[in-house]
Amino acid sequence: MNENVYINIIVAIFLLFGTILSFLSAIGLIRLPDVYSRSHAVSKSASLGVLCTLFGAFLFFLLTDGYFSIRLILGIFFVFLTSPVVSHLLNRAAYHSKVELTKETVQDDLKEFLEGE
Amino acid sequence: MSPNDVLLRTVTKAAIVIILTFSIYLFFGGHHNPGGGFIGGLSVAAGLVLLFLAFDIETVRKNIPIDFKKMAGFGVLIAVLTGVSSLFFGEPFLNQTFGHFHLPIFGETELATAVLFDVGVALAVIGTAITIILSISEGK
Repeated sequence: MNENVYINIIVAIFLLFGTILSFLSAIGLIRLPDVYSRSHAVSKSASLGVLCTLFGAFLFFLLTDGYFSIRLILGIFFVFLTSPVVSHLLNRAAYHSKVELTKETVQDDLKEFLEGE
Repeated sequence: MSPNDVLLRTVTKAAIVIILTFSIYLFFGGHHNPGGGFIGGLSVAAGLVLLFLAFDIETVRKNIPIDFKKMAGFGVLIAVLTGVSSLFFGEPFLNQTFGHFHLPIFGETELATAVLFDVGVALAVIGTAITIILSISEGK
């Protein structure tokens, strides 16, 4: 076992974790009942999956070639910054265009607030 | 009830810096890496579209007082002039040259006249894309 094998194992763990998270978010997109819980599943786990994949690629180029890819760092930061905002805007647009919540919903505070105005 | 866009606007202010910096990087990296005038101009246009989405068109037009139609024409003019200028040196049309210069900060740098042509392409692309988007959005 030389050094290169350890590098490959670490990178493979990151890539596998990222792809498994993306797969789980796709399952959540199919199985969850309404828009809000679907976006809850997709935005968190898909963005973490993409972040893990990008970080694995960054580590691979850094440790094998010694190439510090500033573009991958920038991509990680950019996905981390923008993907929650996208999900927030989608959810808000869905709520304001009166997409129904699932039947199991217990409480809807925002509806009472909007009606109170 | 007017929508509350605090989240979108705050993130846009951070993201626009990254987008414009990356498009400048793409523009100058075009000689040896993937990139160049076209994709650099398109990513600048994408950043401006993000600004138009987050803030309204009037605010952005007031803060960036550029006529984008004139910008597209100016870009084509630059591209043609760089082609014509090689005729004055007895070379064929659109011929280009490069040389090594010693700049104050960058040190020994290779400067090519192809960058000037790329400036023209980038300005033409930015002007055309923004003109298309603005004229679509203003039509009622």
